[in-house]
Amino acid sequence: MPTPRSSRKKRKEVFALGAEAVAEGALLAGCSFYAGYPITPSSEIMETMASRLPRIRDGVFLQMEDEIASLGAVIGASLAGRKAMTATSGPGFSLMQEHIGYACMAETPLVVVNVMRGGPSTGLPTSPAQGDVQQARWGTHGDHSIIVLSASDTQECLHMTVTAFNMAEKYRTPVILLLDEVTAHTREKITLPLPGEFEVFNRVVPTMPPEWYKPFEETVRGVPPMPPIGSGYRFHVTGLTHDVNGFPTQRPDETVDLNHRLFRKIDQFFHDIQVVEEYQTRDAEVGVVAYGSVARSARYAVDQARARGIKAGLLKLGTLFPFPKAAALRLLSSCRAVIVPEMNMGQMSREVKRVNGGRSSVRTLNRVDGQIITPSEILKALTQV
Amino acid sequence: MKRFTALERFEIRLSGLGGQGVITLGKVLGGALALGHGFHVTQTQSYGPEARGGASRTDLVVSTVPISYPKAESVDLLVALSQEACNTYYRNMKPRGILVIESDLVRQPPSNFYLGLPFTRLARDKIGVPQAMNSVVLGALTWLLPFARQAVMKKALAASLPAKVLDKNLKAFSLGYSQAKKHFGPPPALWDGNGDETEEPGD
Repeated sequence: MPTPRSSRKKRKEVFALGAEAVAEGALLAGCSFYAGYPITPSSEIMETMASRLPRIRDGVFLQMEDEIASLGAVIGASLAGRKAMTATSGPGFSLMQEHIGYACMAETPLVVVNVMRGGPSTGLPTSPAQGDVQQARWGTHGDHSIIVLSASDTQECLHMTVTAFNMAEKYRTPVILLLDEVTAHTREKITLPLPGEFEVFNRVVPTMPPEWYKPFEETVRGVPPMPPIGSGYRFHVTGLTHDVNGFPTQRPDETVDLNHRLFRKIDQFFHDIQVVEEYQTRDAEVGVVAYGSVARSARYAVDQARARGIKAGLLKLGTLFPFPKAAALRLLSSCRAVIVPEMNMGQMSREVKRVNGGRSSVRTLNRVDGQIITPSEILKALTQV
Repeated sequence: MKRFTALERFEIRLSGLGGQGVITLGKVLGGALALGHGFHVTQTQSYGPEARGGASRTDLVVSTVPISYPKAESVDLLVALSQEACNTYYRNMKPRGILVIESDLVRQPPSNFYLGLPFTRLARDKIGVPQAMNSVVLGALTWLLPFARQAVMKKALAASLPAKVLDKNLKAFSLGYSQAKKHFGPPPALWDGNGDETEEPGD
């Protein structure tokens, strides 16, 4: 029997930007639709998709008139059965908030990449920041559940994009991938995985006869099957609170069922959603909780601290929301102090403090001058606690 | 040439003005070191919102082990293609780091311990294309860096440029290499083994 073609192929190494790795990851995950509006520092994602998508089967790339329309097009494509994404930065992300809420309500799988830059407003277009962390969680109105991921290096950009698509498809939800300017604009050698090397999850489609199909019916996982529009299964999509048939309702019992299900479909899979990486935490006495490019500084600082005899450890957050409480508690229980360095005035440290419950002393280390937090700053903090 | 078996965090900062091709230079240099030479390399960039003018810089960290922090903290090799860049980044250098300047554009080097070539003038007069200045710099750096190989750099340059400008840029590269060989002398011995911990007396 001849060896399958894929196993004979050699993995390719490329020297790529984080942004280019995001595009590679999206294509590996099966993304075939991109609609966007360019904005520094996310434009390289759009540029890569613009050159790659037209070359794949049924690939569609659209430059829209603004970010509102971009996410609108992505929602439409997703409802029509495509895996779809867009990428933007702070100002565009603000414009997308309303549609993110719509995607939550209509349970539309999609990926929004936000490459964070200095803010507020137009801010520092070419400088890194992490100011959109709480916005990614709470930016759209109405109580809702959402998944927010982050990546810190180029290989992880690829990986996390695949993960973002998988989670979006698995839980029928928008997934926000938060990067920062440094992560998106760092070129590194990465190994492109072969197709099939990553698990790729596709949304569950209904198998019952179309006339039996109830589009927003409760299921074991809380995630109803999702047919592509035009496949014979009829359903109504609305941002209004709707019943199991997708039509507007004001009945309290149907309203609470919908809202509870929207939360439960994510809440009951925390173990699957919360991705973290623990580095030297086993015997750590002082800890660092970091994400994005700052996690790289933190890792270097932990190595330097260890070399000086300080038992330091790092909890790197891959998932920002739902907040990885269990992993944070493990670190907080074993460390006398935990430092949370971030390029904002303390958005993730709020979460760490929230779950701390007096276990440890949580210290913030903040920088909002458009510069990345350096290893020496974190090392200094580690030596002082 | 000495083969490097261990190289831990060799930090290069290329700096200048927007439009000089600093980031392209970093991309080609980084790509060659990462893919051609097999090092771990991170290349980050920092630039202003302007299309031309304004400060532009790119940091490369080269290592035989995986790199955590991707930016330069104490620079082994600083390339300054403008006076402003030289002034700004000189203080980020290691005590025994090497400064390479564009000697026409950096009129006031902050120390006497530097290497300089008029890269822009060389590109304009000898090649006829001032935009090929960054390829001249790449040639000079290839001579200077003890772990860089000429053939690999040329290949990387060829892979990243469109065919119509390739010829001039390869000429510019060779010019930079030979000029550096002539004026810079042998690659600095203080980088051998990257022993930044051992302080030797005398500069």
